[in-house]
Amino acid sequence: MILGNVLAFAAMYSEGGEGGGGLLSVNPGLAFWTVLTFLLLLVILRKVAWTPILQALDEREAKIKESLEQAEKAQSEAKALIEENRQNMSKAEDEARKLLADAQKIAERNIEASRGEAKAQAERIIADAQQEIDRKKQEALNEIKGQIAELSVAIAEKVIRKNLSEQVQKDVIDQYINELQKN
Amino acid sequence: MTDTLHTVADTVARAAEGGHGAEDNWIMHHILDGNVLDFKPFGEIHLPTLHLFGYDLPITKHTVFLWVVALLMIFVLRAAAKKYKKSMVPSGVQNMLEIIIVFVRDEIAKNTIGKGYENFLPYLLTAFFFILFSNFLGLIPFTATVTSNITVTAVLATLSFLTIQLGGMRKNGVFGYMKGLVPHGIPIVFLPVIAVVEFIGLFTKPFALAIRLFANMTAGHIVIYALFSLIFVMKSFGIAFLSVPMALFVYFLEILVALLQAYIFTMLSSLFIGMAVHQEH
Repeated sequence: MILGNVLAFAAMYSEGGEGGGGLLSVNPGLAFWTVLTFLLLLVILRKVAWTPILQALDEREAKIKESLEQAEKAQSEAKALIEENRQNMSKAEDEARKLLADAQKIAERNIEASRGEAKAQAERIIADAQQEIDRKKQEALNEIKGQIAELSVAIAEKVIRKNLSEQVQKDVIDQYINELQKN
Repeated sequence: MTDTLHTVADTVARAAEGGHGAEDNWIMHHILDGNVLDFKPFGEIHLPTLHLFGYDLPITKHTVFLWVVALLMIFVLRAAAKKYKKSMVPSGVQNMLEIIIVFVRDEIAKNTIGKGYENFLPYLLTAFFFILFSNFLGLIPFTATVTSNITVTAVLATLSFLTIQLGGMRKNGVFGYMKGLVPHGIPIVFLPVIAVVEFIGLFTKPFALAIRLFANMTAGHIVIYALFSLIFVMKSFGIAFLSVPMALFVYFLEILVALLQAYIFTMLSSLFIGMAVHQEH
């Protein structure tokens, strides 16, 4: 029905053509050529243009996407690395500080220890010396005591010898002889 | 718009003859197909008629430009496709073509067809570029607009029609597709009526496609010729100061229309394909 309208309409204008028909008339020859040309064009372009172009576009899109993702990944990795570095650094710093403190403590302890030892040694030496001194003093005292006793005995002898009578001497000698005889 | 020179020469020649009756048809002469390639005032080429398989297959003006368009398309698009092999970075004309191709792919095919749009992309791209190249080529003097011929647009619409139907049948099966044409939930009484309406609808869609493209491409040319003819109708050069700028304006408008009609034809074809393939919507 619509087609009929068109054909009627076309017929109105169909007188104007020069071998090509009217404005609204369908020319079978041209239709044939158009179908042939268009289908050939479709086949050729599909092979020559659309497939490679669309493929290239897809590839490029995939590549761009991949590159962006990779960049993002690299960035996050870099960020993580930086963070890790920072942590490592602060950890190392802490460790260094701790080491230093430890060393200081050890050194202090060493100093303290050697000071104590030195003191102890000094004390010991002093004590030894004191002992030696005391011993020497005692020895000297003893020697002096011995000499004093000897001297006192000698003095007493002298005094006694002067004071003892003949009789007493005789008694004493007798006593000795008696005692010798008893033995 | 074949050419202004032609128009002027033609009209002057006819005016010189003194005949008024012959002038009535000169616009039609430029718009319509013919078996003569006019390059007035440089001459003209008469085209042969082939006789193949018992049929007369005249090579007409529009046939020649059909081939020009086809060769131009192959040449340009093949060159662009080859560039992709050299480098992933587009350059020059390739950029422009790529914008159109991506537009057809993403905005037209992907949006209207959705899943499985890749199968229809070659047809849609070819149709888009064919119409675009024809429309633009027709704007150059001494050429003819292939798409201002109803035969050509009818063939294009028929191919769209076949693509739509075959696409729908391939996806949904022949019977499934036929069944899907009728919307769900229709009272059984109205079923025959609706079925008839839907069936007619199948044919009106491509019919509208053909007429729309043909009418748009023809109208602009006729308006330009009419504006020029004012000069001769009024028999005054003064009118040229009015009609030439107006014709120029229409010419620029035609550049827009050339792009727009390629878009509309492809967009609607794609939309109908989408409707045929995904019938549940």
